[in-house]
Amino acid sequence: MSTLIDGLSLGAIYALIALGYTMVYGIAKMLNFAHGDIIMVGAYAVFTTLMMGETVGAKILAIVVSVVVCTALGVLVEKCAYRPLRGASPLAVLITAIGVSYLLQGMSQLIFGAKSHPVDFTIHGSFMGINYSTIVTLVVATIIMIGLTLFVNLTKTGRAMVAVSEDRAAAQLMGVNVNFIIMLTFAIGSALAACASIFYLMQIPTVSPTLGSMPGIKAFTAAVIGGIGSIPGAMIGGVLLGVIEKLALSVPAIAPYTTAIEFSLLIIILLVKPTGLLGKKRREKV
Amino acid sequence: MSNYFKNIKNAFKLKHYVNYIGVGAVLLLFTVLYYVGALNRATPNLLIQIGYSIILAVSLNLVVGLLGELSLGHAGFMCVGAYLGATVANALAGTLPLTLVLIISILAGGVSAAVFGFIVGLPALRLRGDYLAIVTLAFGEIVRNICKNLPFFGGAQGLQSEFYTEYLKAGKRALPLFIPTFIAVLFMLFVVQNLIRSKHGRAITAIRDNEIAAKAMGVNVTYYKLFVFVVSAFFAGVAGVIYTGTTSPIQYSFFSYNYSIEILVMVVLGGMGSIGGSIISAILITYINFALKSMLSGDMAAVKTLVYALILIVMVIYKNAPALKNVREKFNLQNLKEKIMSKVFKVKSSESDIRDDAGEWDEIPTKIITDEVLSTDFNLTTYTPDKPDKNQK
Repeated sequence: MSTLIDGLSLGAIYALIALGYTMVYGIAKMLNFAHGDIIMVGAYAVFTTLMMGETVGAKILAIVVSVVVCTALGVLVEKCAYRPLRGASPLAVLITAIGVSYLLQGMSQLIFGAKSHPVDFTIHGSFMGINYSTIVTLVVATIIMIGLTLFVNLTKTGRAMVAVSEDRAAAQLMGVNVNFIIMLTFAIGSALAACASIFYLMQIPTVSPTLGSMPGIKAFTAAVIGGIGSIPGAMIGGVLLGVIEKLALSVPAIAPYTTAIEFSLLIIILLVKPTGLLGKKRREKV
Repeated sequence: MSNYFKNIKNAFKLKHYVNYIGVGAVLLLFTVLYYVGALNRATPNLLIQIGYSIILAVSLNLVVGLLGELSLGHAGFMCVGAYLGATVANALAGTLPLTLVLIISILAGGVSAAVFGFIVGLPALRLRGDYLAIVTLAFGEIVRNICKNLPFFGGAQGLQSEFYTEYLKAGKRALPLFIPTFIAVLFMLFVVQNLIRSKHGRAITAIRDNEIAAKAMGVNVTYYKLFVFVVSAFFAGVAGVIYTGTTSPIQYSFFSYNYSIEILVMVVLGGMGSIGGSIISAILITYINFALKSMLSGDMAAVKTLVYALILIVMVIYKNAPALKNVREKFNLQNLKEKIMSKVFKVKSSESDIRDDAGEWDEIPTKIITDEVLSTDFNLTTYTPDKPDKNQK
């Protein structure tokens, strides 16, 4: 039971990150490989803020700083690296994204060093054998996801986002500012990554320059399992992957092979259903 | 004067052989230097590193430049080749001459990697682009995870490479490893360049440019996609076996996702689809790595990552940004060369009518999507004439 709850909360973190991937893919039609490293930057923002003090006030400030820094960074990256390539081949954009990911890792290693630093962000104590951190993660992440779904489906801006993801040219003709919508998507995705970084620090209280890469790749896997481009798909994929990871880790015989199991699952799902669980099928034309 | 230059051009298609000549010259030069005794200790090691980097970059270029699919798991194939090749070498070491062991283990490593290439190629039949990229990435991580945990492969300590220790023991008496390495490079160039220039190469580029159109023209897409993955993986496996000759124990952590990216950087820097470019950038990056390793220690190693990242971003944006098209044409090397030729020698370039394909492969064209009304609407993966298409509502 507690394994299942742990899995759900890890899954919620993956889902938050996966949402960033999937929204950017749906709207800008690109894989943002640097997304995982935005989590890392968020974690470092928390670390830097907490150096000033470890009171409750400082922690709240740290959350705000992390979200602001990540959002700004997401917008900046979009503007400098991805916008010049709008309309270029997808492979070119993908390789640039990999470059940005490298750049962020290199910069944080240069500033903070390659060593990992401890960050105390856990909420101590437990309720019926389940850590408070886990419960908080699960509840807050659920609220964020519900909020995001409502935002996309009910507000005018959200509907503009859906429109851009369905047909960019038509949306532009209907008066949607496509550049603004893409920028907004990056901002939202990065803010979600900042939230994920805080939940991540609650579970694993250290920061290092490569912190983002593994959760990034796994969340990406989750997004692809759920069907990249689909918001509910990312949530389902994330939770599925989190639960499977925790379940596999709880069995000693297969625990070392957890990563292999997760990625094999991805390959199997893609082979059975090439667009993921909830992905839309694109028809290819000559 | 003008005829003279034209005749030279027509007599030797020098550029078809320039890669062999370059690599062969390097091999010859350093072999002589080695036996004269003018090489210091580090240089043969650097040469081996350069050799396997060239093999990795060119073989990845087959998938990325020629087939137009992004592979992020090239280090995974290298890992398979390294572990299985080293296992074979460990079993044989001491019983056979060292060079024979090398040849057998290279074949074993290459073939086993090729088998995995076939397995990874299977999803490639159903997936394209981003989805395939993530599958290759996943494959690399799976291989690494398994190699880390199988007790047979030495677990987290890594696999002891007898091969390396035998080489150390033999010292000057053995054939230095860089010579077989460069022979392997020449063999690979022979295979790859002839592949590109054959009808098979043209079929593969046709798939890259438009898969459905290629299929309609009778190209066997299944066969060629698997073929490219198998060939590419084979050479990555060979590179892996060569790697085992330089270090012991073999560490799973070497074959990480970051290493795959490093190979990709070589390919992108050299120009996708350009074999010569891949060779040059593999040499350059390996040398820079080698030089920086001693200069930058600890946290300053991040400078290397930063430089890579900037090169990657700037190169790709410069090469692909729609807004920079005019700038690109102005500073195009081909145009520049023609301009100089016409100014200095008053020669009108003959190359402009027959352009080498390789020159145009550094940009991968996107799919042409015509209007829905004009196109025939069919889905190749699920289309059956009897059943109505599920997607058509």
